[in-house]
Amino acid sequence: MDTDVFVAWFEEAARLVHDDRDRLTRLDAAIGDADHGTNLDRGLTEVRKTLAESPPGTPGEVLAAAGATLIRRVGGASGPLYGSVFRQMGKSLESPVTLAGFSAAFEAGVVALERLGKAALGDKTMVDALVPASRALALAVRDGIGVKEALERAAGAAEEGAKATIPMQARKGRASYLGERSIGHEDPGAASAALFMAALASVVA
Amino acid sequence: MVGLVLVSHSAGLAAEAAALARGIAGADALVAAAGGTEDGGLGTSLDLIEAALRSVDQGDGVVLIPDLGSSVLTARLLEEDGRVVVADVPFVEGAIAAAVAAGAGVPLADVLEAAEEARTYRKL
Repeated sequence: MDTDVFVAWFEEAARLVHDDRDRLTRLDAAIGDADHGTNLDRGLTEVRKTLAESPPGTPGEVLAAAGATLIRRVGGASGPLYGSVFRQMGKSLESPVTLAGFSAAFEAGVVALERLGKAALGDKTMVDALVPASRALALAVRDGIGVKEALERAAGAAEEGAKATIPMQARKGRASYLGERSIGHEDPGAASAALFMAALASVVA
Repeated sequence: MVGLVLVSHSAGLAAEAAALARGIAGADALVAAAGGTEDGGLGTSLDLIEAALRSVDQGDGVVLIPDLGSSVLTARLLEEDGRVVVADVPFVEGAIAAAVAAGAGVPLADVLEAAEEARTYRKL
């Protein structure tokens, strides 16, 4: 996993989020403030621009630049949340990137996210997609599975995690104001987190 | 003197809450507003908060008072132990209590304590 793969990750994530912008915004309209798709699309467009204008030299720098841009450009809660994940991953990731190194950095990113958002598994947030993805990666490392398959498993775990938020009652963010009315809707943050993981699985050969 | 930054999703709400806090605490209180996104929308801008923070930072500490959601998360990214602190207090009541204490020239810990007390104020 070299620098180009990480740049390609954000390009593919930007494409997937752009294509799914309306679905994400519809999910957010049900339980949030109906701006998740537009906010993240704008943020990732800025990330692509940043990466194109000043190409980073290492995978860690790609993640740090993407995180900083999302924090500055999103405007909603997903900016600082995703920004913290990628910034922390960038700090923790050593070159050259191995699957074990990536898995450890990913977990560090998820821990930073949990700390900032004070959210845990079951709160109906992006944590519910990212923690299963992190676990899938750790298991793949333990079992000596190849990078491509490991990332596909992580993407599958994130997708399942996102779907599992549907029956949950939100305890964080604007959705928590809705109480029981938040039940029955997929969390938009978990849905976009699944897109990030799908993007990564698709750009790694 | 301790500085205050009021962080809201809305530029208007942040500006008016800051004006109210200054009106009650006195013109000397260092209260800056950081509301909305850079393009004037509802949301939070790290750059606007950082600029407001610099404008009230005299070296004695700064208290950030966010309203909710992304304001809280973005403000927390700027925390510096013992120097820049996010107060978990009601937006208007906390801002006024903190501004009055800060304007009286008390140290950061006392400004925070005054803001925390605002949480228990009863209106009736």
